[in-house]
Amino acid sequence: MIKFFLMVNKQGQTRLSKYYEHVEINKRTLLETEVIKSCLSRSNEQCSFIEYKDFKLIYRQYAALFIVVGVNDTENEMAIYEFIHNFVEVLDEYFSRVVSLFNIMFNLDKVHIILDEMVLNGCIVETNRTRILAPLLILDKMSES
Amino acid sequence: MVVTSLKLQDLIEEIRGAKTQAQEREVIQRECAHIRASFRDGDPAQRHRQLAKLLYVHMLGYPAHFGQMECLKLIASPRFTDKRVGYLGAMLLLDERHDAHLLITNSIKNDLSQGFQPVQGLALCTLSTMGSADMCRDLVPEVEKLLLQPSPYVRKKAILTAVHMIRKAPELSSVFLPPCTQLLQEHHHGILLTTMTLITELCEQSPAALRHFRKVVPQLVQILRTLVTTGYSAEHSIAGVSDPFLQVQILRLLRILGRSHEESSEAMNDLLAQVATNTDTSRNAGSAILFETVLTIMDIRSAAGLRVLAVNILGRFLLNSDKNIRYVALTSLLRLVQSDHGAVQRHRPTVVECLQETDASLSRRALELSLALVNSSNVRAMIRELQAFLEYCPPDLRADCASGILLAAERFAPSKRWHIDTILHVLTTVGTHVRDDAVANLIQLIGGARELHAYSVCRLYSALANDISQQPLVQVAAWCIGEFGDLLLEGNCEETEPLQVEEEEVLALLEKVLQSHLSLPATRAYALTALMKLSTRFRGDNNRIRQVVSIYGSCVDVELQQRAVEYNTLFRKYDHMRAAILERMPLVERGGTRVEEEEKESNKAAQLSEAAAPVPAEPQASKLLDLLHLLDGSSGEAPCPPPQDPPPGGTLVHLLDLPCAPAPPAAIPDCKAFERDGVQLNLSFIRPPETPALLLITVTTTNSSGGDVTHFTCQAAVPKSLQLQLQAPSGDTVPARSSLPITQLFRILNPNKAPLRLKLRLTYHHLGQSVQETFEVNNLPVETWQ
Repeated sequence: MIKFFLMVNKQGQTRLSKYYEHVEINKRTLLETEVIKSCLSRSNEQCSFIEYKDFKLIYRQYAALFIVVGVNDTENEMAIYEFIHNFVEVLDEYFSRVVSLFNIMFNLDKVHIILDEMVLNGCIVETNRTRILAPLLILDKMSES
Repeated sequence: MVVTSLKLQDLIEEIRGAKTQAQEREVIQRECAHIRASFRDGDPAQRHRQLAKLLYVHMLGYPAHFGQMECLKLIASPRFTDKRVGYLGAMLLLDERHDAHLLITNSIKNDLSQGFQPVQGLALCTLSTMGSADMCRDLVPEVEKLLLQPSPYVRKKAILTAVHMIRKAPELSSVFLPPCTQLLQEHHHGILLTTMTLITELCEQSPAALRHFRKVVPQLVQILRTLVTTGYSAEHSIAGVSDPFLQVQILRLLRILGRSHEESSEAMNDLLAQVATNTDTSRNAGSAILFETVLTIMDIRSAAGLRVLAVNILGRFLLNSDKNIRYVALTSLLRLVQSDHGAVQRHRPTVVECLQETDASLSRRALELSLALVNSSNVRAMIRELQAFLEYCPPDLRADCASGILLAAERFAPSKRWHIDTILHVLTTVGTHVRDDAVANLIQLIGGARELHAYSVCRLYSALANDISQQPLVQVAAWCIGEFGDLLLEGNCEETEPLQVEEEEVLALLEKVLQSHLSLPATRAYALTALMKLSTRFRGDNNRIRQVVSIYGSCVDVELQQRAVEYNTLFRKYDHMRAAILERMPLVERGGTRVEEEEKESNKAAQLSEAAAPVPAEPQASKLLDLLHLLDGSSGEAPCPPPQDPPPGGTLVHLLDLPCAPAPPAAIPDCKAFERDGVQLNLSFIRPPETPALLLITVTTTNSSGGDVTHFTCQAAVPKSLQLQLQAPSGDTVPARSSLPITQLFRILNPNKAPLRLKLRLTYHHLGQSVQETFEVNNLPVETWQ
């Protein structure tokens, strides 16, 4: 089960955070700082899985953006690793150039919608790009009209 | 002056523009004030913008609880954009702990039954994230209906919401069990994926569900087979593998179903073999599937051939250049090593290579796995590798590595000498990280190996001469030099180069240890005792030693001071006993309990206490009785030394029973105090040895006559210098000719050893008469008060 999903920039500022298990607000900042610190301090040759308290952290770096997912013991780390890439590809298709952080930041609500389409309550729901983006595209058309 | 409120994008820009934390806070506070104002009386059409800004601020960590009611209002509004933001806010801001969340239940219920699909999706999403048990129970009928709706978009979400509901309220699992069979027949991958999750959750919750779902194993196998064998399908393929997520989920479910169940495992065997061999592992997706397959093979009752296949796959993973794959392989091998030890052994060389990884998580895994792989045949090679690793491993792994090596050496040591060498090596490399009992273990080991005494002391001496900073090493070396100093001087050890050492050098080294500021107090204590022992081992005169000992008699550290003073006394007053006291230590038993020495001097040994807590008393050797008080009442065994303390310095002999204290309490004869018409009063005495002033008298009243004795009371009086305490009698009736006497206990304190006189007064009814007798007991034995 996925416990949390974070997108962080290189300076350590959180750009997106989604918790699937309740964590107190003040503990969240602490958690995020520690998690980010352990991810940022790793070099390129090290593996992408870290053990942190009773979670496992799986992270992937895309230029200036780090995506960190915390899971519990039962998850397959490599599948989650693949899932992160899937998510980035979906964002890529929607925003047509996701690696620029600004798109994500300024459309945070849309990113939340996409994430909600893909993960529900810590479990992966949908991984097919077209199906994920369908409702969003409808929504956009509605708000334009 | 009205400052117009910002759009979300502008707000983000401004926050990013803030150069300091204080500036950012200012911007946010200003904006929050606007938001609050607009919530109170602002335009409803703009409300969702305000809330969106609030959510962003919340994500940065600022308090946003005043937005909770707004979420509710937005959810209730008919517009989709409002609902969207409202539900998002509900997910982020509300949770079970706030009472406000129950207010959403009604809105969710309306949306679920009447809303159109995206709205239903939203509602389901929110419900699955923050629904409490009560909410779940209320909304079960709606969710159930949605499970069977034709639209897959809503169905998949409904299924996952069902998963959440079951987690919160396990009794609902019976509701969601029946639809599963129908759901499995769908083709939509989203539905299949979520159904797998639902079934997994149901099986984990109840064993009955587990049995029910074992029947669908063939169906699952079929689905997986279709996935694996069909060719490229544009919709779901990721890196050439068709829907790896679904495959992984099915494999996980198969694992749960097949665990410890023969039949299902058999049904899966072929499929697992097929997946394992056919999956393309050049990309990560394939490796993920393979990993899950391996985990499944390990958990179910699979055929032996399949398990070997799994281990080989893991071995292949180990050779892969991708770190992630290696990490995953090491973790799984660790789990396997208990059950399939032989198979994992074949990959030992690769594992050992992984020790040299720069990545901390990898090297930790490799270390654990290597330690698990050590067995009696490969112990020498493995320990050599591990010792090499110890030299350059990162600090946080050192303690684990050291204790692992020591443990493995203990279990599999081929020879004592090798064992001692290994421990010595560990101590010299990472002495500060070893566990506390390593010192005690090593000392015990050396003590037990008679033939290696000379060898160990020579090696320890050279190690100590090199470096006195590693405390455990110094402690062991000091102990050995003290014990076997004579062997060191002889210097004729055949296994190392002959070492020519003079007495003066050895003494100088020990003094250096004593004076060094690197030495812990415990180490100093070891060194001091070692010096003392050398006074008997060495042949030269002991002036130097006596000097050092007397210097430390005024040391600030209380433990050292006490020892020094005692040793000094040993020199001055008990010189004749010194040799006997400082003899070689007997072998210490494991666990710290000590064995009495065989050749004790009798009667005159003084107990030199080695209390762990410093007892700041000067031993007055002449007043042996006072020393007795330092003991606790046991018969002279000192308590087990706690692990941090050094085992006794080797000079100390146990207290022997001194002649003035009675060893076992001498039995004092009973005396009959009174006899009349078959009623007898008997006195028995006990004087506990640890409290010589106390006398315990048990008065036993028996009746051998034909009539009962009733209303029996006994009172006593003693001279004024004694103290008497009467305890309650066991009863006041003695039936005729019974074997159930009345007993009563008297306690008499006689600190001055005054002569004991006892007057008794009895009153009772016997044979129809009431009897009253007062008399003095005049046949008290002398031992009762002397």
